[in-house]
Amino acid sequence: MTHISVKVDGTTYEDDVEPRLLLAHYLRDRLGLTGTPIGCDTSNCGACTVDLDGATVKSCSVLAVQADGCEVTTIQGLARDGEWTALQRAFHEKHGLQCGYCTPGMIMAARDLLRENPHPSPDEVRKALEGNLCRCTGYQNIVRAVLAASGQQDASGHQVSEGVTA
Amino acid sequence: MIPPAFEYTRPTSVDEAVRALAGAGEEAKVLAGGQSLLPLLRLRLAFPELVVDVGRIPELRGVREDGDALVIGALTTHHEVVHDPLVRAHAGLLAQATATVADPAVRHRGTLGGSLAHADPAGDLPAVALALDAELVVAGPGGRRTIPAREFFVDYLQSALAPDELLTEVRIPKRDGWGFHYEKFHPVAQSWAIVGVAALVRRADGGVAEARVGLTNMGATPLRATTAERELAGADDSAAVARAAEAAAEGTRPSQDLSASPEYRQHLARVLTRRAVLTAAGMG
Repeated sequence: MTHISVKVDGTTYEDDVEPRLLLAHYLRDRLGLTGTPIGCDTSNCGACTVDLDGATVKSCSVLAVQADGCEVTTIQGLARDGEWTALQRAFHEKHGLQCGYCTPGMIMAARDLLRENPHPSPDEVRKALEGNLCRCTGYQNIVRAVLAASGQQDASGHQVSEGVTA
Repeated sequence: MIPPAFEYTRPTSVDEAVRALAGAGEEAKVLAGGQSLLPLLRLRLAFPELVVDVGRIPELRGVREDGDALVIGALTTHHEVVHDPLVRAHAGLLAQATATVADPAVRHRGTLGGSLAHADPAGDLPAVALALDAELVVAGPGGRRTIPAREFFVDYLQSALAPDELLTEVRIPKRDGWGFHYEKFHPVAQSWAIVGVAALVRRADGGVAEARVGLTNMGATPLRATTAERELAGADDSAAVARAAEAAAEGTRPSQDLSASPEYRQHLARVLTRRAVLTAAGMG
């Protein structure tokens, strides 16, 4: 067992873990933070994307011991006092999901994009989400949601929401 | 899936890491960003007794200049490589190719050294390192040694690293003024290249004076298209480049898999070499 100290969504946890424990399993099984789903075993799908010290990672491809001393933000750490962020609202308003399984990862990846590039083009949104698979939507409404959250219209002139810092 | 059990150590210096590796014989694996190793562990394709996590060794990180060379710490992430001003200025081919590796989340974790040490011929960066004539500096119990990229990739997933050696930095000769292009053919975003071609071109009189061509996924190791390189020297128009590119697959023995037959890969190598060289030469 290895001792770790990790701050997750604002709360610091101290735990003894097996070195082989994946961060995704630590979040879900030890901390009960099941908002982060696991979709694949091949680092492809991006459903388990979380923020680790300010950058997105696929939490199925990080060991919990590698997060020792770090700060993790999951989808469950975004809302403040029960209020969704504008990015979360945009996914809701633009119907950027159907089954919702990919949504936590999509939102974490889109949040990472908007931090680096607050006004991305539709193409830049698609590039930024290339590591996140959605099998329902065909991605159109996901791209619309991210553009809306950035305060921009998409090419088809769909109505947009307020600008945002995600 | 759950990785097999292993012992874990997190050294804070290169010397400490080398001692840990030396103590474990052949049973240790180095963990840097983990973007190649963790999938192998999850799929139970690797069973190390000891994982040596070098991810917190500061001396392995960062980019600096050393005369005519650029020196990139092995632990420098793909994301850092893509955005580094020195890399962009002196090794643009590496920055461009690295931006095509996997996806943003993987690039946040994955490292240049890890990608090279993994020695996957389908990875983008081994062929780029070959084209750039990079040198790999490794630390072992007896000190440091430098291995040219052309001697580093030994076989499929096998490098010239001894079990008790750690890749510490990658030295790349500056190629200021050379044109470059990485042409990657892949079925969907973020997937591995079916074939990739890394081209470096020194231009003169509107044509190609000298060319370096690295091939991704055209055999058990990354390769240089040496015959095509010879024939590209002096190519003064696009037709001459196209003729020279016909030799790009010469001597290759690419694999067969679900994506492509060996013949199709050889076809791709010729077409992609033509495209990559023309773009690198500003003739595309």
